[in-house]
Amino acid sequence: MNPFEVTGINTTNKRTQALFRLLFMMMTLLLILPVIIIMMTLVYKGGSVVTYDFLFSHPTNGMTAGGIFPALFGTICLVTVALVVSVPIGVAAAIYLSEYASDNWLTRLINLSIVNLAGVPSIVHALFGVGAFVIFFQFGTSILAASCTLAVMTLPVVIVATRESLQSVPMAFREACWNMGATRWQTIRRIVLPNSISGILTGVILEVSRTAGETAPIMFTGAVFFTPFLPQGVMDQSMALSLHLFVLSTQVPGVPEALPYGVALVLISIVLIMNSASIAFRMYLRGKKKW
Amino acid sequence: MVATDAEAHATSDPEAAWHQRFDSAPIEIEVNDLTIRYGETTVLRGVNLDIRKNEIFGIIGPANSGKTSLLKALNRMDMFTPGMNVQGRIRINGCDIQTVKNVYALRRSIGVVFPLPVGLPLTVFENVAFAPRLGGVKDQAELDIIVERCLRRAALWDEVKDRLDSLGSFLSGGQQQRLTIARALSQDPNILILDEFSIAVDPVTTMRIEDVLKELRKEMTILLVTNLVQQARRLADRTAFFLNGECVEIGMTECLFTRPVLDQRTKDYIEGRCG
Repeated sequence: MNPFEVTGINTTNKRTQALFRLLFMMMTLLLILPVIIIMMTLVYKGGSVVTYDFLFSHPTNGMTAGGIFPALFGTICLVTVALVVSVPIGVAAAIYLSEYASDNWLTRLINLSIVNLAGVPSIVHALFGVGAFVIFFQFGTSILAASCTLAVMTLPVVIVATRESLQSVPMAFREACWNMGATRWQTIRRIVLPNSISGILTGVILEVSRTAGETAPIMFTGAVFFTPFLPQGVMDQSMALSLHLFVLSTQVPGVPEALPYGVALVLISIVLIMNSASIAFRMYLRGKKKW
Repeated sequence: MVATDAEAHATSDPEAAWHQRFDSAPIEIEVNDLTIRYGETTVLRGVNLDIRKNEIFGIIGPANSGKTSLLKALNRMDMFTPGMNVQGRIRINGCDIQTVKNVYALRRSIGVVFPLPVGLPLTVFENVAFAPRLGGVKDQAELDIIVERCLRRAALWDEVKDRLDSLGSFLSGGQQQRLTIARALSQDPNILILDEFSIAVDPVTTMRIEDVLKELRKEMTILLVTNLVQQARRLADRTAFFLNGECVEIGMTECLFTRPVLDQRTKDYIEGRCG
């Protein structure tokens, strides 16, 4: 008898395997369906209004016409200031947690808080931002207050991404350095950071895309309904794309249907471009891996 | 070198030969009643040994016998190992290492080679220049000299001299292990510790490294932990046998192999019956 003959049980196994493969594949395809539908709807309904003028002119006629430049500019300002606040804090905290902290109750408490901070709903962050930054620190409703709120909200993302990329550097490298009489900082500075910077930057870019879309945290802390002026400094208020979209869709009568779709298209494009940049960057750096 | 070797091995009485060579030599490493615990687990119990200057001291023993823990204690790497508790006294060159003020200088005086080669993700040149740079050497010409000297002594120079700018972590395993040795030498150490350096290295490279060690013994004390019993026989002046955290026996290497040993367990291990 040929030991490689197909038997009954063999056929059943094969059929089951094919079935599960199909099932898993369907689920995966289901994932991209919402993305495709959203993008197609936005492009179909709002694509026609997104022009150069739309991007770079002010809203007119009680926001029922004209462009979105103040909102676009405001979002860029908010994101930039949020990054300036959250990246140094987040990266430093991650380095401490990954490279210095010993495993004790305090570290575990900090880790737990980070996880919890990531789980706090954004409207709660907004109220915290009002209490802490607008009132207590007396930033008023300003870009600074809104950005700080965004920064607090996105800190967990930066910390977790940074810590993971630090820990992807093999322990053996650190031990080799320590054995040569290097201090922890010398080891971090010369070996760990140069080899994890790609992961850290990827985390930062992902954070940017998340920050750009948030509405609740900036609503009470620094973003405004409408202002004819561009912000002159971090203590000014500003429009923002996400809030602008919310306002156009729900608060302003007589807005042409295409307008909010156009704003949404711009917003989601920013997010997609940032994410693609992050993925491309990661692929580029992975090609240059050093071990 | 050949002469010393021949001298050591040709003498009918290895014990007498050892005393002749090392009796007047100062003690480089002195370990007194060393006990190491990880939490509840004791991995090393009451170990005593002394290693003379310019001696090659072999340590053999099966896995989990506490060899690597001993090495970690020697250069205070227990500071970086959570839960590792070291008791007892270790003196290096007469100084109690628990009380030395500058542990970084202590570590620089001890070169360590790991079981698996660790080429840092730097260029070949920077791998070897790393320790001198930590020590404050900035002058490029001086670094060039140090790097070439260390690579030559590790028998790697001829293979890498045209690609000092390529990544050290991309060299072959055997080359990386010699790079590690060059890096250890760049610290200008008094003591060289090798922890099973040959497990990831081909036999030819192993023999080349052994030749390097025979050269280096003139200048430094070498502590050789090895899982190859015959390697200890080829290189070590004295050999200690560790089993389950105990130092079972320390003896002249030749005596361990050719004469009745003190402990039956040593004989069993050397002949491959236990461990």
